[in-house]
Formats: sequence, C-alpha cells, structure tokens
Amino acid sequence: MPQSTVRPPDHDPNAPSLLVDQLSVNYNGTSALRQVSFRLPAGQRLAVVGPNGAGKTTLFNVIAGTKRPSAGSVRIFGHGPGGDTCIAYVPQRSLIDWAFPVTAAEVVMMGRVREIGPLRWPRQHDWEIVRGALDQVGLADQADRSLGDLSGGQQQRVFLAQALAQEAELILLDEPFTGLDFPSQEALFSILDELRSAGVTELIATHDLNLAAERFDLVMLVNRRLIAYGPPASVLTRANLVQAYGGHVHILPEGDGVLVLTDTCCEGDEAGV
Amino acid sequence: MSEWLAWLSEPFTFPFMIRGLAAALIVGLVCPVLGAYVVLRGMAFFGDALAHIILPGVVAAFLLGWPLVSGALIVGVAAALVIGAISRRSTIKEDAAIGVVFAGCLALGIALLSARRGYAVDLTHILFGNLLGVSSADLALIAVLGTLALLAVLALYKEFLVLSFDPLLATTLRLPVDRLQNLMLILLAVVIVVSIQAVGVALVLAMLVTPAAAASLLTRRLPVMMGVGAAIGATSAVTGLYLSYYTDLPSGPAIVLTVTAIFFIALAVGRRPLWRRG
Repeated sequence: MPQSTVRPPDHDPNAPSLLVDQLSVNYNGTSALRQVSFRLPAGQRLAVVGPNGAGKTTLFNVIAGTKRPSAGSVRIFGHGPGGDTCIAYVPQRSLIDWAFPVTAAEVVMMGRVREIGPLRWPRQHDWEIVRGALDQVGLADQADRSLGDLSGGQQQRVFLAQALAQEAELILLDEPFTGLDFPSQEALFSILDELRSAGVTELIATHDLNLAAERFDLVMLVNRRLIAYGPPASVLTRANLVQAYGGHVHILPEGDGVLVLTDTCCEGDEAGV
Repeated sequence: MSEWLAWLSEPFTFPFMIRGLAAALIVGLVCPVLGAYVVLRGMAFFGDALAHIILPGVVAAFLLGWPLVSGALIVGVAAALVIGAISRRSTIKEDAAIGVVFAGCLALGIALLSARRGYAVDLTHILFGNLLGVSSADLALIAVLGTLALLAVLALYKEFLVLSFDPLLATTLRLPVDRLQNLMLILLAVVIVVSIQAVGVALVLAMLVTPAAAASLLTRRLPVMMGVGAAIGATSAVTGLYLSYYTDLPSGPAIVLTVTAIFFIALAVGRRPLWRRG
C-alpha cells in the first residue's frame, strides 16, 4: 500500500472520519431523510442498506457535498462538506457516460486535477502516481484502453484507482457490485481490503444483504430514517429488516444468529431520489 | 498543372476573399475544439438557442456602434441566468425554458433590427453570414477572440474534462463548478459571435456540432477528437469557400453543406461503420 493514502495534518486527529448529526433532507416538501445521526470511525467499512428510495444516494450526495441538508450537519474529519478534498465518490453505473472518449489512465488522472492546480498540466510525478494506482488495482496493462472497452469489474477498479490517485481517505461507492460476477466482486473486495488496512474509510451502498452481513465491519439500515446502525449481527435482525423492508424480504435464520437474507426488491437505480 | 494552380489561386487575387478565407479558417479551427464539449455534454440544443438568444445583443451593439461581442456577451449571460432561474423556480423543465427565451430573443432581435431601413439585408447577413464582407478590423477581432477562446479551452482542459465527464467528481474535488460552468457558456457565446460573420446565427450550430460529431465517429480520444474536429472544420471552410466562389452559392451555406457531407462520410467509414453495427 502506498503511503499516499494516509494524509495531511489539517485533520483533527481525534475526529471520526464521518460524524453525521440529526441530518434531514427534504425534496419538494417530502422528506427523503429524517434525523439521521451516526459516527463512523476511520478505517471501517460500512454497508448502507435499505430498499429503493430509502435515501441511500441522497445520504451520499449530502456527505459528498453535492446536496445541501435541510437540517443537521455532516462533519468529515472535523470539517464541514466543502472544507476538504479527501472524499472520493463513485456514482451509480447509470450516472456515468461509458461512451465518453477517455482512457483508463485519463479517468484516474482526473482524481489529481485539484492537486495539480489551475492552469497546470500533469507532471511526471502525477503520471507516476496514476501508473501506481492502476498497478495497485491490477490494471497496469489496461492504462491506454478506452473506459468503455473495459469490463464492468475493470471499470469499477478504474474508479477505485482514481480514488487512490486522489489520495482519498473516505470513499463512497454507490452500488458498486451491481452487475458484477463473483470473481470481479472478489477482485474489488481485495482492493477494498487493502485500502481499509491503509486506514481508508469506506461507505458502500448495496442491495446485497449477504455481502453486508459477511464483508462489512458495520451496517446501516435506512428507510428514510436510520433504523439500525452497528455490527452486522446486531443490525440485520428480523425485527429491523421487517421495519426497513416491510414484506419485501425473505429471512432465513441460521445457527449462530447471523441470517442469510435476500432483498427481493427490484435491482434498479434510485437516481434523483 | 498550371491551370489547376490558377483555378486554386484565382479567388485569392481579391483581398476580400483572402480576409474571408482567414476568417473562415479561424472559425473552422476554433469552433470544433469547444464543440467537442458541446457534443459530449449533449448541449447542441443549448448551443443553437444561445446563437439566437444573443441576436438582440448583436443588433443593439450594431445599432449603437459598439463591438458586436459586447452586446452578445451581455445578452448571452443574462439569458443563461434567466433560463436557470425559470427552470429552478418553477415546474418548467430546462429545455422548455430555453425554448421560451430562445424564441423571445430571436423576435426581439428582429424587431430591433427592423427599426433600420433596408434591414432585410442586415438580417440576411446576421442569419446566414457575410464572409465576403469581413473588414480588416472584423478580421482582427475574430483573430483575437478566436485565439483567446482557444487558449482558454486549452488552459482549462483538465477542469472542463472533469466537469463534462463526471460533475460529481468536480464537486468532490472542490473545483469551482459554477464558475467553470459559466465560463464555458461565456466561451460558447464568444465563439458564436466570432462565427456570425462566417456562417451566421442560423448556421453557427453546424460549426460547433458537426465537425466535433464527425470527429467523435473517428476517434475515442478527446484531444484527438478536438484536433480532428479542427481539421475537418478548417477543411470545410476552405472547400466551402471555393464551392461558393465557383458556383455562386452563398459562402455560409456552402461551408455548412461541405461539413455536413464530411459528417456523413465519417458516419459511413468511422471506427464502427454503419453496416457493422448490430
């Protein structure tokens, strides 16, 4: 792991990577999120789980600073949104123009645009970082290929490489596993494992409750409000899931209390929600 | 051989033809570079609207004896703000808001111009261009503004790239998204003004969109797309001017017809030819 992911002194070392306090968001008079509060320590992987329209994307937008909350606050390493550049946000697949004429390396370089600064072009040093990031996600040999020509799993890894090049400490991934086969998913997780062990905090929205139970440190169950937050076993209980999904979930109890669950809700995007 | 050379050089024995050629070349080179973003961001309708929206500004500046670009910029920026306000504060969608302002401005421009006697000629020139009427002062202004627009696009290449490809990333990188967005609109307005004499308000869109769209069929690299687009734009400008000289077609339509023909050739022979698409 490159030291590049561990970062600057301007952060309050005692602040959690993410502190959300009494956050509410309204859209055209209806409430998309109501009084959500949680605290996410650095170096943890959090699954954000809930039915479509539960407000997962809204939550990510507010954390990333692209939407303003109606009430409450978000603090990232002690800063308000806009006060830092340590967040990487990989949007849902449907929001990306895959035909855009860019190569994998160019997409990764975009993560460094702020660092390079206005009116400057990337230098040798920046290209080295981009090469290193692509190498780290196993795409060194794909650097000059068009983004649209890569497989779904490779495309997700390009965006993780972009987050690496950005030296992000907090990564938001919106439904990154949708449409990926098992090996691609595992490849993504092995990169996410490396990032986490380097201290990067990961927020991942997913529909896959099995993954949430098995591969995450913490799980957040939302449906327009925070239903439960904590370690998977304490969050993914029958009572909580029924609260979040109503009748749209099959719950199969297992021996030691961990459940195998299937989200039967449609796999669609919640763009604009 | 010498006959051929004579055929090629004959038009340029006239100084107004040389100035026209220079103006057309600048327009052909500059428009497609910015046009690449217009094509990639799906801003074609906006570009066309902007070209018509600035008409009252151009006419007012023309009547007052101001530089045309000043009037165009004032009206262009004001209209962009009005469109934004309409679509934010009411239930009307952005394209409808653009349509309302577009048609209203076009009407206002024609109404202003009608105050002048013999306005039909002026109107024809503004709508379809008057390449052969480019004065030395016009040419100097076209050269300066065209160069400035080109330099701005090159200087802000990586910022415009991020803004166009992934606006979310532009926000999380804390780039000045609104200012970049406004700057791109201002550059569009400048490039449109520069093009008015060459192809006119009604045909500016052809220089903004068609060469860049043709180039996008031939390459999948943005810098190459800009370069190929500029080459197509410049080739069309020169070819169109010859076409105009030897067939008595008006120069604006001649240039646009040429670039349109090149687009269809690119569509036929591009990296994914039509007959191989499934």
